[in-house]
This record gives sequence, C-alpha cells and structure tokens, in this order.
Amino acid sequence: MTTERAVHVPGGVAVSSPVATQGTYKSTTLPDIKLMMWVFLASDCMFFGTLIGTYLVYKGRSLVGPYPVDVLDIPLTTVSTFVLLMSSFLMVLALHSLRQDDTFKFRLWTFGVAFFGSIFLGFQIYEFIHFVDLGLTLQGNLFGTTFYVLTGTHGVHVAIGILWLLSILVHSFVKPWTSKDDVYLEVAGLYWHFVDVVWIVIFTVVYLVEFV
Amino acid sequence: MAIGKLGAPPVVGRPPDALLSRPTWTEGLLSWLTTVDHKRLGILYIVTSLGFTAIASVEAFLIRLQLASPNNTLLSPDVYNQMFTMHGVTMVFLAIMPLAIGFANYFVPLQIGARDLAFPRLNAFGYWVYLVGGVFLYTSFLLGGAPDVGWFAYAPLTSLSNNPGLGTDFYMIGLFVGGIGTLATAMNLIVTIINMRAPGMRIMRMPVFTWMILVTSFLIIFAFPPLTVALFQVMMDRTFDTLFYVPAAGALPILWQHLFWIFGHPEVYIIALPAFGVISEVIPTFSRKPLFGYPVVILSGIFIGFMGFAVWTHHMFTTGLGPVVNTAFAITSFVIGIPTGIKVFNWLATIWGGKVWFSTAMLYAVAFLITFTVGGITGIMLAVPPFDAQAQDSYFVVAHFHFVMGGGALLAFFAGLYYWFPKMTGKLMSERIGKLSFWLLVPGFWVIFFPQHFLGLMGMPRRTQTYVEGIGLEFWNLVSTAGTFIMGAGLVLLLVNIVHGLLRGAPAGNDPWDARTLEWSTTSPPPYYDFDRQPVVNDRDAHWVQKYPESVHGERVPASASEPYDRGGAHMPGQSWYPLIAALSLLPFSYGWLYDNMWLVGVSMLILIVATYAWALEGVGGKHIHVGGHDEAHRAPDEGVDA
Repeated sequence: MTTERAVHVPGGVAVSSPVATQGTYKSTTLPDIKLMMWVFLASDCMFFGTLIGTYLVYKGRSLVGPYPVDVLDIPLTTVSTFVLLMSSFLMVLALHSLRQDDTFKFRLWTFGVAFFGSIFLGFQIYEFIHFVDLGLTLQGNLFGTTFYVLTGTHGVHVAIGILWLLSILVHSFVKPWTSKDDVYLEVAGLYWHFVDVVWIVIFTVVYLVEFV
Repeated sequence: MAIGKLGAPPVVGRPPDALLSRPTWTEGLLSWLTTVDHKRLGILYIVTSLGFTAIASVEAFLIRLQLASPNNTLLSPDVYNQMFTMHGVTMVFLAIMPLAIGFANYFVPLQIGARDLAFPRLNAFGYWVYLVGGVFLYTSFLLGGAPDVGWFAYAPLTSLSNNPGLGTDFYMIGLFVGGIGTLATAMNLIVTIINMRAPGMRIMRMPVFTWMILVTSFLIIFAFPPLTVALFQVMMDRTFDTLFYVPAAGALPILWQHLFWIFGHPEVYIIALPAFGVISEVIPTFSRKPLFGYPVVILSGIFIGFMGFAVWTHHMFTTGLGPVVNTAFAITSFVIGIPTGIKVFNWLATIWGGKVWFSTAMLYAVAFLITFTVGGITGIMLAVPPFDAQAQDSYFVVAHFHFVMGGGALLAFFAGLYYWFPKMTGKLMSERIGKLSFWLLVPGFWVIFFPQHFLGLMGMPRRTQTYVEGIGLEFWNLVSTAGTFIMGAGLVLLLVNIVHGLLRGAPAGNDPWDARTLEWSTTSPPPYYDFDRQPVVNDRDAHWVQKYPESVHGERVPASASEPYDRGGAHMPGQSWYPLIAALSLLPFSYGWLYDNMWLVGVSMLILIVATYAWALEGVGGKHIHVGGHDEAHRAPDEGVDA
C-alpha cells in the first residue's frame, strides 16, 4: 500500500517519510495504514456481528442433537482461551520491544504470538475433530451449521494473523526492523487484539451462556 | 487522454531492496491495466457502469415490450424472471453504485486537494474486482441461465431443491466477490477523506460531494458485511448442505430477509447520498450562490446515514412481525423523511434569488428535485403499514423505487456527468444535443413510471410475466411501454453526446461553469499529479474564494499561521500489476466455487496469496513531482519497510 508513514513535526501536522517527504501533507496525525486498520475492523465488527446474530437467532432451534451441552467442554476451551489471551499480552511486549529497538526480544515475542496462536488453532482443530466424533456435523443440525461456520470463520482470522506475524518475522531477517517501523507491527497487533476480543465474545455467547 | 504525456518515463532501475520492480508505461493498454491513477480508475468506473446501464436498459426495454399488451408471449415466464432479476441486480450493483464510486474516485482527491487516494493500488484492485464480479454475473447467460430469483433473492426460493440451476449460484458468488471490491474502495475513500485533505481543508469546509461520499463509505463498510455473510450462508447451504435456510431443520428463512434488508436499505442511501452530493455541487454553481445552509445539509446527510440502518423492516411490513415492530419502523421511516425534506428545501433556497443558468446539468438537477420529491412522497405513503399492506409487491412499489433510484439518483448522476465531463476530458458536451436528450429522457421517464402508480393501485402485481385482458390494465401498460421509446431515444442521444463531445467538443478551459470547488482550479483534464503545488484552503468553496476574494462574507481563518513544510511537489505512487492479478484470481475462484471444483478454488487462492505477497514486497516506484510538473524517479528509502 502506501509507502509513507507519518512523522510528527512541530505545529501538529505530519508529513510523510521515508519516501519523498515534500508535499505529502496529512490532515491528521494518524498514519494511513493505522486508520485503514481501524476502518477495516469497524467493518469486521459487522461481519462477526452478523455471524453471532445468526447463531443467537438459531440458538435452541435444533430439532435433533447433539446439543451444545452435550459436546462443549468448558475446561478445555478455557485453556485455549487463556492461551489466546496471553498471545495478546505477548503482542504488546513485541511492539514494546520493537519500539525499544530490542531486535532479539521483538523477534522472540512476535514468534511467541504466532506460536500461542497456533496452539489455539491446534485446540480448535482437536475440538472440531472431537465434536464430529460425537456426531456434531456441519449438516446434522442448526447448532452444527452455525457453530462451525462462526468458530471456523474466527479460526480463519487467527490463521491469517499467524501468517501475517510469521511474515513479519521472516521479513525482519531479510531487512532488519527498527523502532521506525513500529506502525507496521502495531497494525498487525490491532488486528490480533481484535480477533482476540471477538473470541472473548464467542466464548461467552457460545460456550459460557449454555451453562449458566 | 492527456494523462501520462507529461514528462518522459523515468529511468528507474531495480531499487536495491525491492524484490520486484514496478511497471512504468504511461500510454497504451498496458498503462491502463497497471494504472493506479484515481482519475483513470474513475474513468474506467464511469465507462464500465454506463456500459452496464445500457445493458440493464435493454433488459428493461424487453420487460416493457412483454407487458405492452395482455397475454403477450414475447418473453417466456422463465426468461422474464431472468430479465427482471438481472435488470435489478445490474442497476443496483453494477450501474448506479459504481457510477457514484467512479465520480468519487475522480473528484474526491481533486476536491480535497490530494494527489490520489490513500491506497492507490487498493483502489485499482477495487475496480478490477468490480469488473470481475460483473463479467462473472453476465456469463450466466451463456452458462445455463441468469439468476431468476429477483434482486433480493428471498430464501428458501434460493435453496438447491427449489432452484437447482446455476443462476442462483451466479447471483450469490457474483455479489459476494463484487462486494469485496466495494468494501475495499469504501475503506480507501474514508482514509483518503480523513487523512489527505489539503492544508486548511477543515472538515466543515469540505465540498458537499466529498462529505456525502464520506457518509456513503461508512454506510458501505457497515452495510456490506451482513450481505456478504448472508450470501455466504446461502452458498454454504447450496455447496455443503448446511441448514441455514432449511425450514425442515428448524431454520427461519425470514432471517435472510432481515440480513438482506439490513444491507438493502442502507444500500438505497449508498446510492442516494452521492446523488445528493452531486446536486449540492451543481445547484450552487449554476445558481451562482453558495449552498444555502451548508451545515444543515451536511448534518442531514449524516442523520440519513444513521437512520438508514433503522428502517429496514419497512420492506417486511407484510411478513407478520406484529403491530409493535411495524409501528416502530413506520415511525423511523417517517423520521428519515425529515432530513431528506430539509435537503430539498435547502436546494430550493439555494436556487431562490440566484442568477440561474439553465445549462443541461442544471436542468437535470431541477428534474432530480421534482422527480425525487415525488418518489419521496410515495415513500412516505408506503411507510404507512396499512397502506403498504395494500400496495406491497404491486406496481405502486415499482413506480416508487424507480422514482427515487432512477429519477432521483440516475438523473443526479447525469447532472454530474454534464457538469464534470469538461473537467474529465477538457471538452464541452453539446448543449443542443444535451437539451434535446434531456427533454426526451425526463418526460419519457415520467411517461413510463407515473402510470405505474395507477397500475399498482389497480392491483397489478410486480414480477408477473403477463396479465389477462379486460381488467383495465391494458391502457396504462401500453402508455408505459410507449414511454420507453421516448426515454430510450434520450439515452441514445446522451451516448451520442458523449461521443460527440469527445470527438468534436469545443475546448472547455479550466473552469467553464465558473464553479466553486478545487477541482476547477487545475487544468482540464488535470495532470496526472493533480496539483504540482498543494492548494491551501481558507474557506468553503475554496476555488470561488480564490477567484473572488471580495465576495467572501464573514471571518476568514488562515489555513495555518506558518506552514512547517514545503508545499511544492508531490509524491506520486508507482504503477503495479498486482492489483489486477489479485482481482483476476477471483474469476477462476468464482467458477471453481460455482462448479464445486475445489482444486480450481485452491489454485486461485494460491495465486491470490502470491499476488498479495508480491504486492506487499514490490519496490517503491513512483516519482516525485516538482513544482512545474517535471518529475524525478524515487530512490529506494534508506530505511523503513516497504509495506
């Protein structure tokens, strides 16, 4: 996308860097790609909102089992949820380390985020296989249809995030990242935190509410 | 186009840190395929959407020919269903909305004094995805039949058992893919308008067209995801036998109606608000007065945007949601009429007392005011649930939405076309042909659609292939069909006028209308860098103030006490193949999904991923424009990541 990143100059306006700084005036101090990520996430809220809404509309309407209480395993999913939450913590550490120009820790924590995300995905794959064994399929009942499509879409978001973070990691070996590149990691972090927050909603709505 | 003739192509070697180099063609087909210039993409959008308008007009013409007389057999019921479905889908998704996006592409950066959109390659991607979606939809005619389920494709009519043909798959996949491009472009426009305004172009100094595009873009990013999910759910049902819309499994097909109209009603404003924006540019220019009540017009637009999400069930009054729901949504539907009415009065007050110049653009604007207001009034009638229960799915509804979408939005965009054509081409369209075309097109429109109110109230249902004689429907149907010949002649003359203007048009000069906003301060057509020196904005109607500083009332606020940067020159983005390649990968993806060929889907996704990485990693490219227009190739940055 754009090759600019905003740097602050006295007077509250920002010009772009590193390419051809002249004449590329920005009317806010927010870098383009960061603003873009916020706008994208706003849109993605509606995307997940519709999927979660569909789940809620069809909640309790399945005509045949297995029903949520038959398959959902709260302790197991609590562990995977905790792992995903901790990955967000590592994301914060990774960004902090990059801003400190601590390349080793930046790489370590970035890898950590991707690794924890992969553990979460592993749990999800295990869960899906286990649920199919228990008789919950995409075509079996409305719970299966809405559950797999909702959590599967979330899983795809996590997978894209992992791919993105690993790409950053590889790129940082091709061309070292410094604190001046922090916005690129921050944007990936925004995405990651969002996907994490969506999981908190899904975990509450799909898993916890069943056992209230 | 004169674009690209300025300056020799820069000699750009492969920058040391770039994995791939960027194309640098400035003329010819390859330059258009790799372009990231918002003006070229705007022209591509406008030309493509006018092409789809022509196709949809032919479909409408066939529909009217079929209905000209009772018991007609020109179109079989099956073909008739395809015609009205494709007419609706084409007009909404492939004609009017992209026409608005085309104008936004071309004129938003110029109006805010920017060099381009914030993400030029993403902008190119958005256009090519739109084209891919449109071409994909239209190949359905060759591959077993077009969609025939109506433009809102209610479930469970769209289930595999009720509709085994490929038509429904074309609808679902085509709109799914096309929506990706629309979303990308809307996000791009939001970032552009928020972040790339020229110094002093504060939010309440922005031209109204830019303002309305901002509101519209927010509507798009919130309205399209529900549609995308709903389309995906139906395709899951059809491809993988899921149960989203299978009543036998306990599903509620009405969920589709909710999701569709949560998208569908904002979509009405996605089409209408840019039209309001165009009108708010054309009327002040040709009345030679500033827009009356600028802040009120803006706030009304924002209010319409909010309320647009709170009226969707008025499309579902007859589905039995109950009196409480119907009453609530009747009230919100009345409320949304208020800001719309406010805007109409503001436009009237702008014309009042002005030195009105009835150019063709202004004629279309006035026709818009009248036609749109009539459509708005029938809209208020339909918002009354007991009346709606009578008129639902009748020709009264058909007349209503053609008055707002066709007579409202389309006439406004024709006003925009006449208004901005000189800026885009440097040539004037003929006013003589223009006025002749106008006096055929607009009265023709009224002859077609006004009698449809009567037909609807007489009980003629929409989407019915024919009617029997002797129930009083023959006369007005014949009148309506006769109108298509008049309006059709007007449309043909409009196309003739465009070609005539391109070939024989008189030179336009920079500012043929003595207009008010910044796009008129640059050359016609603008150089590819738009402005070599970024304008500084001191007031609303920035160009007018530059021309006539003595006419400004009130306090003028300087842009900024001191400019802490050099305004000269601009950074221009480099061209790229990857938006095109990424967008084209969605074509085999669509066919793979259509024919359940998961290998083809996988290969397409792989191409998309590779193209995305190449996109992210290709070099900087582009040029730096100095004041006066000479350029200099960019060197690779010494630092930073080329994202």
